[in-house]
Amino acid sequence: MTTATQTFSRQGASGTDLSPSEREEHAMQAFAQNFGAYAALNLEACIHCGMCADACHFYIATEDPKYTPILKAEPFKQAFRRESGAFAPFFKLLGLKSKVTVDQLEEWQELLFDSCNLCGRCSLICPMGIEVAELIEIGRRGMAEAGLAPKALAERAQHQAKTGQPEESVRPYPEVLTDIGRDHNVEIPLDRDSADIMVCLPRTDLEQNPESVAAMARILNSVGADYTFRSDALIAENYGYYAGSTGLQKKITQRVVDQAEKIGASLVLVPECGHAYTALRWQAADIIGEELPFRVRHITEYLAELLADGKLKLGKVNGDSFAFHDPCQLVRKGGIMDAPRELMQAMGVDLREMENKKGFSFCCGGGGGVNDLESARPLRHRAQELKLREIDDTGARRFLTSCSDCRVAFNDAGEHFNWDKKTESLVELVAANIKE
Amino acid sequence: MTLLEFARGPMLHFALIVFVFGVLWRLVSVSLLGWRKSRAEARNPTGKAITGGAIAVGNRSWPHPEFLKRTAFGEAVGYGYHIGLFAIVLLGAPHVIFWKNLFGISATWWPTIPGGIISVISIVTIFLMLIATIRRYMHPPLRRISNFDDWFSLAILYALMITGVLAVFGLGGRYEIILAVHIISFNVLLIWFPFGKLMHAFYIFPSRFITGYKHEKKGAAS
Repeated sequence: MTTATQTFSRQGASGTDLSPSEREEHAMQAFAQNFGAYAALNLEACIHCGMCADACHFYIATEDPKYTPILKAEPFKQAFRRESGAFAPFFKLLGLKSKVTVDQLEEWQELLFDSCNLCGRCSLICPMGIEVAELIEIGRRGMAEAGLAPKALAERAQHQAKTGQPEESVRPYPEVLTDIGRDHNVEIPLDRDSADIMVCLPRTDLEQNPESVAAMARILNSVGADYTFRSDALIAENYGYYAGSTGLQKKITQRVVDQAEKIGASLVLVPECGHAYTALRWQAADIIGEELPFRVRHITEYLAELLADGKLKLGKVNGDSFAFHDPCQLVRKGGIMDAPRELMQAMGVDLREMENKKGFSFCCGGGGGVNDLESARPLRHRAQELKLREIDDTGARRFLTSCSDCRVAFNDAGEHFNWDKKTESLVELVAANIKE
Repeated sequence: MTLLEFARGPMLHFALIVFVFGVLWRLVSVSLLGWRKSRAEARNPTGKAITGGAIAVGNRSWPHPEFLKRTAFGEAVGYGYHIGLFAIVLLGAPHVIFWKNLFGISATWWPTIPGGIISVISIVTIFLMLIATIRRYMHPPLRRISNFDDWFSLAILYALMITGVLAVFGLGGRYEIILAVHIISFNVLLIWFPFGKLMHAFYIFPSRFITGYKHEKKGAAS
């Protein structure tokens, strides 16, 4: 049995062990980098109404007030008030705001990582319009620099920044990809010198859902796309983002940017992975400090564009009713509201909507790196129970989504609760219904 | 100088100075931290994002139906007493006279609500504040995140409301004293305003607007 403390990486982004005072200093530096006007406004505007708790699946499932989303931003808020707020010198002089300590950060580790998917539902409910999830993300960045991000995330981030893979695999991923092509009888272009489109893959699909990888290649081949995968930027997930390490997130992002530039790609396709979309579509340009020399699209967006242009023709699925889970990073935070439904409509899917759908959908419970945290599993299952019930309430026989991380989360919950549904991929459904 | 003269003389002037400069400083201090422009390719153009921001300023006052089941009671109470406070402060005849004297403006067109109705609104407002206070103490997340600022701001508001009602009904002692305490409560509110959560009255607009703007740039839910 490991304690929460033992699961900390204890290494900062530099990869070296840190003393407690260094941890505090590093956390403070990371917070200070984020003392911008928007963050300040988000911190200052809070009226302590507690409504964000009513949007959070972790609070709704447990009714434990410590899971109130805005409470998770407390270390960052405290640092801001003491160091950079309107009356910071006053607070400091009178000792009204104490320094953020290592003990406090350790106490917040569970709140910032295990019990937050960065899903952003709390940001929608706030009557003051506070972007609560962004404050929690900044909190994570402080934790990462202090060497207090969970080991499972920090070590994977470091490994991915160094090698391109979040961890050692039995066989290198490019070989796994080649095998998938051979086993599924589909041509998968790898390491072409030039291509219009560079495609990335979720690690989880390579390891657990090879059919999804084959399905994506099959679709791209059928529409005659000029694309390639690149061995040096194969993995879509950005563990730097999960762990909250700005430095590692930048290195991992740069790898993708460099490879896309090298082959002259005008488009980078993000596969069925929500956080990869956030990291590349919305954060990459800011994190590397310049506009990206290519567009970034999620696979469902790209397919919906092809469908609208008449380049992708789909047949009808027969009979079964489907429920669809809107991945938070793609839909609520990413803005891909219609593409999945346009694809389903084109296939004649009998879609049974959940009570909370599109931007208001409950998270799968596994996003934000929570899937990787063994310590978070019991809590995650409690939150997921709500979601499974909502899916069952639709009366649909089958269940679809468009994010591999969500699939991992649902499969794990399904196993835990002996759920009668398998989580299917929308891209696989599209691939199975292409009209040649 | 009587207590009443002090309350509506030097203390009020001091409170107004603290209020004006404090509020300005709180707003300026946020802006000084700098706005960061996103370098990501936007989904929607700036014009549409500005509209999105403006919509968010309005529609965040009305809860999304998805959340209503869990939040309706708290919101009804919260908005209820805020509406009551606005009605009393802006449309109660004694207050309208107070504002006119303070700012030296004669606005004959400014409407007022009859005293009887203002009295009823005041009682209802105090009742709603009481529910909000009990809720803040009883509701676990609310209690967990409440701090001195929350309780002190409420205490000032109670002092203001209760002395106002006592003054209107001629209860609680000499009228001049009650009125003086009422105005002192108002002065304390003005002085405390820039230091605590009462600033939400000013932050609410930029906060909602910018989040709405940023979400619309991405096409995200708002």
